[in-house]
Amino acid sequence: MSASLLYGDHIRLAAINAERDAEAIARWTHDSEYWRLLTSEPLRPQSQQRIKDDLEKENPKNDAYVFGIHTITDDRLIGFVALDDILWSHGHGWLGIGIGDPSARGKGYGTDAMRVILRYAFEELNLYRVSLNVFEYNQRALSVYLKVGFTEEGRMRNAIHRDGRWWDIVFFGILKPEWEINRG
Amino acid sequence: MIETLLEGKLVYLGSFDPEGDAEVESVWTHDPEYTHLFLMEPARPLSPGQIRKKHQAEGKADQERFFFSIRKREDNRMIGLVVLDWINWPSGYGRLALVIGDPRDRGHGYGSEALQLLLKYAFTELNLSRLTAFTFEYNLVGIHMLEKAGFLIEVRQRQAINRRNQRWDLLVLGALKEDWQNMVQGVQPG
Repeated sequence: MSASLLYGDHIRLAAINAERDAEAIARWTHDSEYWRLLTSEPLRPQSQQRIKDDLEKENPKNDAYVFGIHTITDDRLIGFVALDDILWSHGHGWLGIGIGDPSARGKGYGTDAMRVILRYAFEELNLYRVSLNVFEYNQRALSVYLKVGFTEEGRMRNAIHRDGRWWDIVFFGILKPEWEINRG
Repeated sequence: MIETLLEGKLVYLGSFDPEGDAEVESVWTHDPEYTHLFLMEPARPLSPGQIRKKHQAEGKADQERFFFSIRKREDNRMIGLVVLDWINWPSGYGRLALVIGDPRDRGHGYGSEALQLLLKYAFTELNLSRLTAFTFEYNLVGIHMLEKAGFLIEVRQRQAINRRNQRWDLLVLGALKEDWQNMVQGVQPG
């Protein structure tokens, strides 16, 4: 089982089940700390119904792969990870990750999930490059991205205004050959 | 002042006519060089009907997308398009994209002037504080045009583009309102 493409050491990736998962995901959208790490959109709590409707939308562009992150020990949904805005002709996709369950943060689950989704991106989707960006105040995420092999590629200056000041958005990228070396 | 908000010496920013202008844009998409200079997608000729559908699909969120045709003042002919989108109002930023469709209309300063008009619109009409633009490392003319207008290369996404059997960097350029103001003041003495 642990050798499976969708399994890490402590988490596994699974389909998001709109019926079962909407309650947890809707709850996360009420958490301003989570929201501010995740998106530059203003905080806007979402109802379960709204989440369910969004999850059930088709992806006619075939450019997104979204997974729930589950702990292996108790199969609890703790977050999500996604590859989206994929441009197949360039072999390029964007990665997004959120650990919605506050009790699951800081325990290495995100790092574990990052390793699984990168393997999925490079070995299953055959992408050549994965990009992501992060707000400069998200120190925990910055160190995770470096740890799993991403390279910082620049900063959009003053791209987000929060708590009365400007912050940069930091861009990261990883190429397939870098990932292969890093994996050892 | 107000009257000249969207008007330059050579070009002005106008509306897009889904009938005639879609015909013109359709012709541009038949030149792969056009797509390679300005767009991320694979080159793909689009009919006027497909162009109209594309604009309809993109044009829904009224306050998040401002879309103009670029027209020559002397004969009102549409030579390009410019769009401000991905607008985030709380942080005051947007994304800018500009195309000049026919190769014969490139290299005359039309794009530079249209860019100046759009910057003035973004910073003084929409009151945004930052604009982002994406371009490819091989589009030297585009990079130069953006830098001349006050943009800085902020991010180099290594090898993000695969074209003509070669990988190229995707550049992210940014201009803050102050960058633009400094540039404009530099041009006008005093």
